[in-house]
Amino acid sequence: MRITQGCFSFLPDLTDEQITSQVQYCLDKGWAVNIEFTDDPHPRNTFWEMWGLPMFDLRDAAGIMKELADCRRVYGDRYIRICAFDSSHGWESVRISFIVNRPQHEGGFRLDRQEAAGRNIRYATRAYAADRPEGERYQS
Amino acid sequence: MAQPSLQAVPSEASREADPSSVDLRGEFEAADIASILAQLDRELIGLVPVKTRIREIAALLLVERIRRKMSLASAYPTLHMSFTGNPGTGKTTVALRMADILHRLGFVRRGHVISVTRDDLVGQYIGHTAPKTKEILKKAMGGVLFIDEAYYLYRPENERDYGQEAIEILLQVMESQREDLVVILAGYGDRMERFFRSNPGFRSRVAHHVDFPDYNDAELLAIAELMLAEQNYRLSAEAREAFVRYIALRKTRPLFSNARSIRNALDRIRLRQANRLVSHLDRVLTSNDLMAIEANDVLASRVFSGGSDVPAKLP
Repeated sequence: MRITQGCFSFLPDLTDEQITSQVQYCLDKGWAVNIEFTDDPHPRNTFWEMWGLPMFDLRDAAGIMKELADCRRVYGDRYIRICAFDSSHGWESVRISFIVNRPQHEGGFRLDRQEAAGRNIRYATRAYAADRPEGERYQS
Repeated sequence: MAQPSLQAVPSEASREADPSSVDLRGEFEAADIASILAQLDRELIGLVPVKTRIREIAALLLVERIRRKMSLASAYPTLHMSFTGNPGTGKTTVALRMADILHRLGFVRRGHVISVTRDDLVGQYIGHTAPKTKEILKKAMGGVLFIDEAYYLYRPENERDYGQEAIEILLQVMESQREDLVVILAGYGDRMERFFRSNPGFRSRVAHHVDFPDYNDAELLAIAELMLAEQNYRLSAEAREAFVRYIALRKTRPLFSNARSIRNALDRIRLRQANRLVSHLDRVLTSNDLMAIEANDVLASRVFSGGSDVPAKLP
């Protein structure tokens, strides 16, 4: 199941050219762009790991695309996203984030139902990938 | 540079339709390099060989751009440069202009200049250098990376110096990301020569070597007058005569650094002028008084009393 988190996730995967122009848009706005990756696709997983440091004071997307290529080389089997942080007063938060790399096979989620007291039902979603230990989840 | 004799048949319609002919003048004016070159002529005094060289480079880039349009050029041209010359000869200023030219011709995408020295590239402990150099390179992407006193990167006397690591990363990026950034190395002529000799990788990757000559006395005077005019000051006739003597004397003193020494001298002269004006409080000043620099403001310099104008070092 294709996961849909962040911007553009209902669109077909962005090409490198499209990613470059999105990143350039962020830089032109003065946002600090960083690259994050994870192998836990659960939507409530907000703690993605950062690839290197956030990149401040960049003018051109080429530097970030270089880092993205490096990140793909190492973690090409995981989810990679690009986030842009707006430090201006009143925002001080991530303004945009979009997925730029996905595992080849996305396993999807299992829905667990638990019957609780008074015929209540509790639901839980588990990624099938999360059954395997971290770091091995998308290795074939 | 762009002589109309080379001009192809300039028909608006045919230019759009047929990429096998290009209106050279149109291209030249579209890129608007002429105004930059004129500005260079106006604002930089002397430096004739440098200006000639920049015109040549600009012409080459213009032609290269047209060749790319006609898909005659396949490889991206190597644009890395080395600027050699004594301190204060205008290397940084020319680098800024060069970035502008490259930007207008579309050879760099943003046209900004990141000016760095060894300290910005080389780390202080193992594993510090690579991220530091890469960060600077990322900042310079799309623009020009200006490395001042580049020979300090290479310290042959210490074989474990981290400068070598920075050099390797630089060389790699200079080769593989030629379309993303242009590197300009700057420094004194003889030391740069030694630097290139011990790092042949650099020499082969640097396409343009530009040598900045020292200024002669007349040029230094013209520079001084230009600097003063920009700040709405002017030399009186006697003051100019005194300044001519000042230049001749200052050149023989140690640590003379061309236009930079002149700028510092002018700062001190302005200080003495202000002091002179303030010492007579009971009078009405005109704008002429505020603008005029008198001979005494110049002659009070320590250079005339046999000392150096640089403050003496503490024991």
